[in-house]
Amino acid sequence: MKRVRAEVLSTRKMGAYHQLTVVAPEIAEKARPGQFVSIRMPTGREFLLRRHLAIHDASRRGGWAGTLEFVIDPTGPGTAWLASARAHSFLDVIGPLGKGFAHPRRLTNCLLVAERHGAATLYFLAQELVATGKRVDMVVGAETMEQVLKPIEAKRLSQTVAIVTADGTLGDRGAVMDALPEAADRSGAQVVYAAGSARTLEYVAAFCRERGLPAQMALEERMGCGTGLCQTCVVPIARKDGSGYDNLRSCVDGPVFNPARVLWDRWLGERPTMLPTPPEGLPVTRSWPG
Amino acid sequence: MKRTLAVDLGAGLVLPTPVLIASGCAGTGKELSGLVDLRKVGGLVSRTITLDARKGSPPPRIAETPSGTVWSTGLQNPGVHAFIDAVQTRPEVVAVELHLSGPDEELRRDVLGEHIDRTGEIVGAVARMSLVPVFAKLPMTATELPELARACIRAGAHGLTIGGPPPAIGVVAGTLRPALGPVTGWMSGPALKPITLRAVFEAARVVPEAPIMAVGGVRSAEDAVEMLIAGASAVQIGTAVLVDPAAPVEIARGIAGYLKEKGLGTPDDLRARLRVPVGFREPEEP
Repeated sequence: MKRVRAEVLSTRKMGAYHQLTVVAPEIAEKARPGQFVSIRMPTGREFLLRRHLAIHDASRRGGWAGTLEFVIDPTGPGTAWLASARAHSFLDVIGPLGKGFAHPRRLTNCLLVAERHGAATLYFLAQELVATGKRVDMVVGAETMEQVLKPIEAKRLSQTVAIVTADGTLGDRGAVMDALPEAADRSGAQVVYAAGSARTLEYVAAFCRERGLPAQMALEERMGCGTGLCQTCVVPIARKDGSGYDNLRSCVDGPVFNPARVLWDRWLGERPTMLPTPPEGLPVTRSWPG
Repeated sequence: MKRTLAVDLGAGLVLPTPVLIASGCAGTGKELSGLVDLRKVGGLVSRTITLDARKGSPPPRIAETPSGTVWSTGLQNPGVHAFIDAVQTRPEVVAVELHLSGPDEELRRDVLGEHIDRTGEIVGAVARMSLVPVFAKLPMTATELPELARACIRAGAHGLTIGGPPPAIGVVAGTLRPALGPVTGWMSGPALKPITLRAVFEAARVVPEAPIMAVGGVRSAEDAVEMLIAGASAVQIGTAVLVDPAAPVEIARGIAGYLKEKGLGTPDDLRARLRVPVGFREPEEP
């Protein structure tokens, strides 16, 4: 883990998201898929907590050596500020943070299940899996076409891709879960990797349990510091010896966890902000803060 | 003149700088080791340690507010036995800070440190047993803060930490839901500074001999200097460490710069130097 002053190389709009590229060779060299960085917000503003972004790509060789890429979903003041970062400005970046995805040693058929900007971390993983000779298939889902991250990249990285959108503007109409069984059959999936909303991951976890598929998932829990100090981003994880559970920090013990050990009901069941509909049937509006 | 950042808090407690990391913001210390030179930090306050291990609050545990955060970790900690095992090899436990802003589970009161009887009782019980100086951390919003401060010192506390954060909640307009899993929590961050300043000022006037550690809203050297002027002997940094792990060192450096500019020798020269108008209300005698 290093703290660096990273120069912004570029930001560009990509559908509903923004792609941010920074120069940070010390971090890029060590970054693994599933890991993230923590970026400081500008001083003198009222939003102050660092923002945490999954690493979308880290180039270690070639003309762009030492760069890191991130996908920003601008839903609040912090992510909006990052999305509008000017080229050649500097960001205070700490990383790489957290535990990334583990590669399967023997199993070869990997099914990657991505929802919305969760695809950012999984495309990075897909590159590594393909490079080590694994078969990669994907399910990529979102609400609309704009929220499907780089569909061409998904096609390039995988044998088969199932794209699903809630409004049917790209691929099949539906949700990730609708496409999952068929994709698993078609690809002969032996291991599943997933990133997306907690609800979707819970469904994917149940599917994996049913099919007896080993899986790893990048979970998102609201973070304060990203470096293990504040103990706010905890997820309840069952102990290996079966003697109960621990609230583990997703920043240092995750964000990638084995879904079979996540106590989903405990994590999401009582969660006030995660309940599907607000009282009196009012529509859910944008998440905050971001 | 020899200039130093070291502060002598009495009872053999000498800190290399007057800038510590507040409870709950230092992890176990290990997490910070790659991000800041811990030798240049005045001290670390551990998170609250309870008799038995606690799982803490359900997430989400933190939300951002204008110039602050609301949070609740629910005192997640490994319990005192695991904690002692962990610190045994590190003999530099130099003081105990008593968290008094939480609920009084025995008497079923919301905030233990709001009640003089219980505060005196608890502080006295700990001070009698402790081999190291005891600092009582009082809620900064306590209505009878001066009386509580006196009661703590009378009961045997060596000093005070001012103070425990104000209670707070967050509401999410989009979903009509609370922002925190446990619904209620506490507030931290720069927005607290004037509340902390006032509490430190009031407490320092009634127990001028006791060292006070100011915590709440310090994010710059200027903030820290203001706390010292209001009556603190040292400051603790919380939210600012989460934002900038090197903040305690930067702030200490900034205090040194201020001392130089004013021609002062130690941070103690600033202590309680706030000039109030002649005739400003005198603290009431007990």
